[in-house]
Amino acid sequence: MKLKHTISLLASLLVASPVILAQPEVPVNLPEFKEGQYIHDAPTVEDLRKDDSIHPELKKVILKGRDMFMNTQQLRGKYVFNDLNCKSCHMGEGRMNWSAPVWPAATTLPDFRGKNQHVNSLEERIAGCFSFSMNGKSPAYGSDDMLAMVAYHKWLATGAPVYEKNIGGRGFSHLGREKPELSYERGQEVYAENCAVCHGENGQGQEKNGEVVFPPLWGDGSYNWGAGMTRIFTAASFIQNNMPLGKPGSLTDDEAWQVANFINSQERPQDPRYTGDVKETREKYLNFHKHTNYGTVVNGELLGDHDNTGTKPFLKPDILQPRTFE
Amino acid sequence: MTTLSRMILAGALIGLATGATAAESDPERGAQLAAQGDGSGAPCVACHSADGSGNNAAGFPRLAGLDSAYLAKQMLDYNAGERVSPVMQPNINNFDEQQIRDLAAYYAAMPVPQTTTTADVGEDVLALGEKLANQGDWDNYIPPCSSCHGPGNRGVGEIFPAIAGQHPNYIRSQINAWKNNQRNNDPNQLMTAVAERLTEEQIDAVAAYLGSQSATTE
Repeated sequence: MKLKHTISLLASLLVASPVILAQPEVPVNLPEFKEGQYIHDAPTVEDLRKDDSIHPELKKVILKGRDMFMNTQQLRGKYVFNDLNCKSCHMGEGRMNWSAPVWPAATTLPDFRGKNQHVNSLEERIAGCFSFSMNGKSPAYGSDDMLAMVAYHKWLATGAPVYEKNIGGRGFSHLGREKPELSYERGQEVYAENCAVCHGENGQGQEKNGEVVFPPLWGDGSYNWGAGMTRIFTAASFIQNNMPLGKPGSLTDDEAWQVANFINSQERPQDPRYTGDVKETREKYLNFHKHTNYGTVVNGELLGDHDNTGTKPFLKPDILQPRTFE
Repeated sequence: MTTLSRMILAGALIGLATGATAAESDPERGAQLAAQGDGSGAPCVACHSADGSGNNAAGFPRLAGLDSAYLAKQMLDYNAGERVSPVMQPNINNFDEQQIRDLAAYYAAMPVPQTTTTADVGEDVLALGEKLANQGDWDNYIPPCSSCHGPGNRGVGEIFPAIAGQHPNYIRSQINAWKNNQRNNDPNQLMTAVAERLTEEQIDAVAAYLGSQSATTE
């Protein structure tokens, strides 16, 4: 950060030319795509409205899926038991690169997933989001609601090659999985300076007239301990490429790591895979939890050592089932 | 500064701020000040009207019903040179912080007047404004206004003011001020980032749309 700061300072001192002055105050700094990667330009809702080749009934179903995606809180108490919407993490309608665009799930599944150690369908992947990120349960496989969600994903993938896996801007990731040395206090400072203005001093988020505007980052209203976002590298990459809102790439890599660690050092609803013992659960799912602070001691507290499922009246949705083909 | 001393300082500042706004700000004193002015220049009511509705033609914003802390910050910023307006500054530069908080409390508590301005633009322009306000233009990294200004763009908390039903001329002038680096008092440059990506056409459209919306849910 210091280096970057010094360079920009030097640049502004040395060359006060109109060219420099015309540079944006807040540039959009997103990672470069790698050579040979497939880059997808997902269609917009205007494209959908104009496309006469799509049957009106299908349009209706796609738009229903989109509406569930954008305003997932309409499913509060049915499928969703926290304050999030799909678009809270999959920003820009699930279309945007580096903001976990959702269409690759439609072109790369079914596939084996490390998280649950079996081959997953697109519906199962969506069920995972509902179970962990939304601290809830999924619409039933094959249901109208699930069909609408699937239709939205597949329509966004229009034109993308099936099983092409070398995708530019997939996920959030470019920071890699190697953590730098992390300091809770440093993360707390980054949080206070950059995040608290919207998400609140205690990560509680902000709402207006009962509608969530800035989602809570921890506590009962946020994602549970089994969500991908609890992995520090996932949160760090999301933050680096999407936050603060409108300012992607404005934090240094280190600031993103530190604040991701700070946010994920706070309590949140229990991992639905909880066995009744946090250390046992951490060990059982260590391929996932080696990237989280769950079941570790932070500031003298063993994180995740509780039975709190937030406002969700159950621990594990029935839909989370192993599959075998023996 | 160490983290601890920073936290103590932050705590002390928060304590002061809440003390000043919650315990002492007096809307009735604010009402008198709004009518009298600061002793030089024009009183508030001359431009912002007795009902706090402002004036679209002149580009004077509606103040009635806006968040008290937001209003106070804007006036304090004028007096500290953090926000610049040759029209506004001379009229409030003699107010002290207490008087500013009284004024802010007065305007915040006022009933919201009907300030909706019928848009004199084409349907397609209005549709573009509606899209920017509620869906954004993500391909140009412009999040929707509502992602910070809240449901119906009627404001969120102390930082993000209500912009629905605000005067379109005022909205346009402020977006342009951010875009042209003449207004810089937004926290973390959150508004600067968006304003400088908006085209003139988009600014006109979003100002017309927001101005045509009701400031209240009724």
